[in-house]
Amino acid sequence: MSASGLPKTAAVLGPDGLQALIAALAARGMEVIGPVERDGAIVLDRIAGIADLPAGRTDRQEAGSYRLADRDDGALFGYAVGPQSWKRFLHRPVETLFRVRRIGQELAFEPPRETPPRTAFLGVRACELAAIAIQDRVLLGGAYVNTEYAARRAQTFLVAVNCGDPAATCFCTSHDTGPRAHSGYDVALTELLVDGRHEFLAEPGSDSGAALLAYLPTRPATAADWAAAAAVAARAAANMHRRMPSEGLKETLQAHPEHPRWEDVGQRCLACANCTMVCPTCFCTTIEDHSELDGLGAERVRRWDSCFAGDFSYVHGGAVRTQTRSRYRQWMTHKLAHWWDQYGTSGCVGCGRCIAWCPVGIDIAAEAAAFVESSKREEDAHGIA
Amino acid sequence: MTVSPYLPLPYRIIAVRQDTPDTATIDLQPVRAAIPEPAPGQFTMLYMLGVGEAPISVSGVPIEGAPLAQTLRGVGNVSKAIIRLQPGDEIGVRGPYGTTWPVAEADGHDVLFIAGGLGLAPLRPAIRHVLAHRDRYGRVAVLYGARTPADILYRDELVLWRRMLDVQVEVTVDRAQRAWHGAVGVVTELVSRAGFEPDRTLAMVCGPEVMMRFSVQALQGAGLPSERIYVSMERSMKCGTGLCGHCQFGAEFVCKQGAVMRYDRIASIFTVREI
Repeated sequence: MSASGLPKTAAVLGPDGLQALIAALAARGMEVIGPVERDGAIVLDRIAGIADLPAGRTDRQEAGSYRLADRDDGALFGYAVGPQSWKRFLHRPVETLFRVRRIGQELAFEPPRETPPRTAFLGVRACELAAIAIQDRVLLGGAYVNTEYAARRAQTFLVAVNCGDPAATCFCTSHDTGPRAHSGYDVALTELLVDGRHEFLAEPGSDSGAALLAYLPTRPATAADWAAAAAVAARAAANMHRRMPSEGLKETLQAHPEHPRWEDVGQRCLACANCTMVCPTCFCTTIEDHSELDGLGAERVRRWDSCFAGDFSYVHGGAVRTQTRSRYRQWMTHKLAHWWDQYGTSGCVGCGRCIAWCPVGIDIAAEAAAFVESSKREEDAHGIA
Repeated sequence: MTVSPYLPLPYRIIAVRQDTPDTATIDLQPVRAAIPEPAPGQFTMLYMLGVGEAPISVSGVPIEGAPLAQTLRGVGNVSKAIIRLQPGDEIGVRGPYGTTWPVAEADGHDVLFIAGGLGLAPLRPAIRHVLAHRDRYGRVAVLYGARTPADILYRDELVLWRRMLDVQVEVTVDRAQRAWHGAVGVVTELVSRAGFEPDRTLAMVCGPEVMMRFSVQALQGAGLPSERIYVSMERSMKCGTGLCGHCQFGAEFVCKQGAVMRYDRIASIFTVREI
């Protein structure tokens, strides 16, 4: 299971061991980012220790709704995913690409030279590891590379935490992207709350992950610990009731650009772009000039853009996609169908963020199901005729 | 950190030619390093300090001592600013990007070029290539439609081509004053006049989407198979490198699988509105 082919050297650590893990990452010169509660949501920010984690808190998510609540077991990772994804630290919302100055008639382009800091992500869910793997393909896998992403990615240490309490909006089991992390991490933790004990099963996923674990106060994992971790994953999977259809979905979406359902969802969609901002795989950007006041210099700045924005498809004369239904069609068809042609994978990992953060509660899984069902009905009708 | 693909190279403008009231061709020379040689049909991203970047097709490839030429119609902030520049001014250039006109695949075929408006600019390097290797091709026809006689691009070169006895050049305008002696009407009406043999012809079409749609219809109506029709698509572009997402056209990125696309590969979405 370990990426390097190491023997499985899983260990068990308590909250003090987790505290030591955070301290060890910081001691290795890393900035540690983890979940913290702020403004009524669990967001991602710098943490100094386990006291910063949202202990005893959980999230209740439904279409168009996200609320925090207390839980009585004191779990440190007893929630699913918040509005932010790790995308904001790797493929940043705003990034300066280079600076340019005019000296006389000449232009001087100055690329930035600093190397990004080493960073550890603590609490990465399996769906988010899948999302990072997808962004790796999108931003690093082609003829041209997002060099800023590449530099940050190379400096990142990933501590996954397997999901024990998915939200009602989650459907990672449909995409086989969770709830348990299988690869792509340095260390994976499973939070165990059994018989009044609070511990973490820690599995190394890389040499550096194994080296880190060896440095912490741990005890060896027993068969009972493995069984408890398996039970966490099984319970999480059993508690996930949302489904994304897979069979025929790509073909159906690509074959029906004029399906009446696009108008139906276009009537509900506000084109607010929330879904694209919270999506951990949406990668679209624009680039703009931030000019200096003297008119002689500028920064070229890349920032997140959205296919729901009115000017996203602008060519001289106007936007190609003027109607909301066209923009929703672009987003959903790209995510669930064209992504396969472009990158050999779905663009959806089942994190459910776009469902919870949609102000009108549009559910991508339900929309996909509507297309597949109507296409099945069509086939049946043809079969009878 | 490796060099960002977004970093342009400084180029100096060495000439600006006003082609029509709103369109100019600039000749560019690298200040230091040059971009790789563009092939016919490719585009570059041109950067104007303080304004931004725009994808602009190459209208003259820098071979045999010729400069890199790019033709811009002043319709957006970037193009408006660049056509106002003077020789000696510098802009940023990166690329070239995108697919190329099938001048190699056209070897041994009759070749039909159909251009609408500014669409003659991206086709010009392909036309020049075919004419420079004239013996490799069968009949060659250039069909060109502009709005008015004043909007006709590259007049001198059209006259030059017309004087060659082995190239058919037909020009039509949407509307004209009495002084115009040529054809009036849409460019698709010229297709029947070209009188090509559909089983040995390859067509390259460039212009506004509606013009390309009718041209494809006319070509198919005349019996030309979809796999020998090539069109050049236009979509919003911010990066030119397949990373910004703007230029998606179905499952294709126009900057990577286009701008020049074989028609049969996009036929299923070509007429879908707002795709």
